[in-house]
Amino acid sequence: MSPTDARPYRALAATRFRALLQYRGAALGGLFTQTFFGLVRIMILAAFYRASAVVPPLPFEAAVAYVWLGQAVFLLFPWTVDPDIRMLVRSGNVAYELCRPLDLHTLWLVRTIAMRTAPVLLRLVPMMIIAFAVLPAVGLGEWRMPAPASAAAGALWLASFAGAVLLSSAMTVVIYAGLLWTVGGEGVPVLVGTLAVLAGGLIIPLPLFPDWAQPVLIALPFAGLLDLPARIYTGVLAPSGAAAALGHQLVWTGVLIVLGRWLLARQLHRIVVQGG
Amino acid sequence: MLDAFRLYLRYAAISIRGQLQYRASFALQTVGHLVTTAIEFLGIWALFERFGSLAGWRLGEVALFYGIADVTFAFSDSLSRGLDNFGATVKAGDFDRILLRPRSTILQLLGEELTLKRVGRLTQGAVVLIWASRAADIDWSIGKAALLAASIAGGVCLFIGLNVLQATSAFWTTETLEIWNAFTFGGNYASQYPLPIYRPWFRRFFTFVVPLACINYLPGIAILGRPDPLGVPIVAGWLAPLAGALFLGISLAIWRFGVRHYLSTGS
Repeated sequence: MSPTDARPYRALAATRFRALLQYRGAALGGLFTQTFFGLVRIMILAAFYRASAVVPPLPFEAAVAYVWLGQAVFLLFPWTVDPDIRMLVRSGNVAYELCRPLDLHTLWLVRTIAMRTAPVLLRLVPMMIIAFAVLPAVGLGEWRMPAPASAAAGALWLASFAGAVLLSSAMTVVIYAGLLWTVGGEGVPVLVGTLAVLAGGLIIPLPLFPDWAQPVLIALPFAGLLDLPARIYTGVLAPSGAAAALGHQLVWTGVLIVLGRWLLARQLHRIVVQGG
Repeated sequence: MLDAFRLYLRYAAISIRGQLQYRASFALQTVGHLVTTAIEFLGIWALFERFGSLAGWRLGEVALFYGIADVTFAFSDSLSRGLDNFGATVKAGDFDRILLRPRSTILQLLGEELTLKRVGRLTQGAVVLIWASRAADIDWSIGKAALLAASIAGGVCLFIGLNVLQATSAFWTTETLEIWNAFTFGGNYASQYPLPIYRPWFRRFFTFVVPLACINYLPGIAILGRPDPLGVPIVAGWLAPLAGALFLGISLAIWRFGVRHYLSTGS
């Protein structure tokens, strides 16, 4: 078995994924909270839109879709780290990871992809059902999730969602390198997580930020987490422009993987495993 | 009563001393917390930048509601960490130990941890409040300052009450359910904005069931000296913070009921 053999990584990801699918009760409680937050966010935006004297760069219906997509995929955001990996770094057991005949970056990346995908799928599908079907049934039809702008937009959104999972996972492994540096401290994850929440469009949709901030926000990797997929879904970004958005995600994923590998290699070079 | 209070101070002092052992980590966490809450306000600012106003409300006025909500939540969150972890306490059977001691159960749980992490949120909320009083031209008087203090105190009571209810539910479910986050975190989030922007059913819920409006919006408009667009008389704002204490009282009664129904997990 060589470190380039794909099977162990695949098996690891599958096991991790199945383990995380066990937390169905927690997902149900979380779903209620997510719906509640979504409704509050939409009511706030609706109040801003109602009395607005200007024409906002994002139609209200698209803003509603943006909010629900955000509620559905917020677990995807790199603002949490795998508690097991944090413990490995704290306890020094990270040394065991180094003993495995596997590449550490790839190992952590596949673990993270599983960690990001399982809870998102547990919440994405039911959240979409609530936003599509349950809201109209309880008299909140005006805030329901609109359908994708077109069939092509829907398909491209799915592709960009997959891109967002990869991007977020690559970003998370960079955070792990930061954990090695601060021995499991909270500084790096909090900083990156906060940036991601703000510049990723979870606080307010990115198009609603001031115009002068737009070029920066769009260029940053965080836009690929929620903003670009939401723009594709709502048709704010036409299908012809989707290729550029997917390219943005892939290029940033590549850059972050290279950065993560370099940082990990550097950290491991000077790592001192404590313990007895 | 006085004895109980002294005991709590003792608990709190121990908890604080413990946390100050890790000074660098404490400083980082505080700064981290400050940054994570500051971006919420950045979002509100950006929306005002884009839309100009919020249904007739100015940013300075919204900042007052935001500041009250933030300071209140910072206090209540750092006080009630022990209640937050109650699911784990029940699961491990540790509640049996608490029951054995001849002291108030709630007091012991509150005394488990007084986290200082929330100093970051507190600082941020206080800065927003100070800014709001200039931006919204608040005409401060002793009465208004007292009302601000009362609404924060009432709010802390209300949120501790919510945490008590959340902990009580663990007697039956053994887990602390995430559903309660909708009322604690979600309620705090919703109360950052003026109440009239929400739907009637939503307003009624947060006035009469979980009386968040009574500890934020209603005293808030009394401080601003601005008539309520919905016609609630301004005197209501001066009395409303009492609802927080009432809510805590009811929650404690429900807690006592729950304790009588407690079955140890036996581990």
